[in-house]
Amino acid sequence: MDKTTHAGDGEARSGRAARKGMRSRAKLSPRRASAVSDPSAGRLIAVEGVDGSGKSTQLHLLEQWLRHQNLKVFKTDWNSSETVKQITSRGKKKGLLTPTTFSLLHATDFADRYERNILPLLEAGYFVLADRYIFTAYARDIVRGCHPGWVKKIYSYALKPDLTFYFRVPVDIAVSRILMGRPKLKYYEAGMDMNLSNDPYESYRIFQGRIVEQYESLVESEGLVAIDANRGIEEQQVEVRERVMKLLGEKGIGAMKTEALQEYGKPRPRA
Amino acid sequence: MANHGLELEDDDQEAVGRRYSPSSAPKSHSDGDRKLRFYGHGMPYLKDLEVKGHLIVIEGPDASGRSTHTQSIQAKLEADGHAVLGTGLKRSELISEGIIEAKGNLGVGKRTLSLFYAADFADQLENKIIPALEAGYVVLADRYIYTLIARNNVRGIERRWSRSLFGFTPVPDLIFYLDVKPEELVHRVFQKNSILDYYESGMDIGISDDMYKSFVIYQARMAKEFEKMKKLFGLQFIDGNRPIEQVNVELQARIDRFLNGSK
Repeated sequence: MDKTTHAGDGEARSGRAARKGMRSRAKLSPRRASAVSDPSAGRLIAVEGVDGSGKSTQLHLLEQWLRHQNLKVFKTDWNSSETVKQITSRGKKKGLLTPTTFSLLHATDFADRYERNILPLLEAGYFVLADRYIFTAYARDIVRGCHPGWVKKIYSYALKPDLTFYFRVPVDIAVSRILMGRPKLKYYEAGMDMNLSNDPYESYRIFQGRIVEQYESLVESEGLVAIDANRGIEEQQVEVRERVMKLLGEKGIGAMKTEALQEYGKPRPRA
Repeated sequence: MANHGLELEDDDQEAVGRRYSPSSAPKSHSDGDRKLRFYGHGMPYLKDLEVKGHLIVIEGPDASGRSTHTQSIQAKLEADGHAVLGTGLKRSELISEGIIEAKGNLGVGKRTLSLFYAADFADQLENKIIPALEAGYVVLADRYIYTLIARNNVRGIERRWSRSLFGFTPVPDLIFYLDVKPEELVHRVFQKNSILDYYESGMDIGISDDMYKSFVIYQARMAKEFEKMKKLFGLQFIDGNRPIEQVNVELQARIDRFLNGSK
């Protein structure tokens, strides 16, 4: 009994880790050695980037494309577990959350989605599309002052995505996209808890700048695929789909039609 | 980084065998300001925080007499002129309601529940326990992280993960564990409640359909986890099978000795 493998213990026992491009699977989540189910049946694709980087739009287009190929797709959003949501929002409203508590609440939300949706769906062979994944937690919690080693260990049980796109955009551009309509920024959203500035907009700007620094360091250390998000939406999507196609090639799902990709890349008459 | 000599996160070395004993705490000097020590990486933004108070933990299963003891010890310490803050698991204003909801919702996974408890605990720690320690209170904790770690272990969550998770918690000055045999415990539970609690019987992990059997096995497993943590965390085992008054005298004597010794 108690044969669980430890998170972060190193190489996966199966041969999967050895496969080209499968580096990200080397760190397997703890599973019972006797488990029959295998999350490698599915594929996990995540998008990361600051607010206003256009990542959700790109993920939506990818989702539509995969669905159009009759693939089984499930999309999951950051901070969306029903069980946890109410408590988080209550704490947020009160402005009571200290960094460790804040971090753990998001970790709880993630765990709930992971245990109930992400993992079982991967085992069932789904394409799981995550709008933000563990790297969002790394970036935000570290900026808030949690210890990087501690944060990473908390999420160590979670499978690393097969592909993580990082939508890289100059922070000024992303921030101005968000602030264009002078929206009312929420307390934590603006990073007001860090006492960066008394002005929510200025605080937001500084906060986002720090998040970008964290993301940039993750590109290298975690192998995120950086996409230049300064370009047109369609141009970016072509690159995203090319990357996904490559992944499918490795996996050998025959159902994908290469034409779909080519067609998307063709210039279309403007309306 | 965060080199307190207490790192629990170390992946390469087996953490067990090294001790994180409260008794290894530097003796407090005359007027009592000491740096708060954490089990792991702590809360980096609270680095070098100085505290005057003391943290005393009483662990033990349900119906082991914990609450009775903490109440009477609090009363005695207050009578002796100490400022005392009583805390326990599931007491955070922010989150405890959610924990109950999650428990009622059987679909919630073990890791989710574990993080939920950790979040609740972190909230209390940052908003109540640490400020009280800074202000010189004796904080009397009715359970601490050891119950949470034991629950995780019994449910098959990796030890290292749990220990790392709770690396944000301060090292207490004294930790007592009320050791009661499961067979004795079950009678006390029946005397108290007349029913066995679903989770305290480990029904969620499917040991047995028979609740009595499940309770005895589950509590024995929990006790075994505490046995394993004894050296590592420096738990003082107190024989809880004896009459409650007798146990109380022993606890009080040990606490008094500590508090008088550290003045």
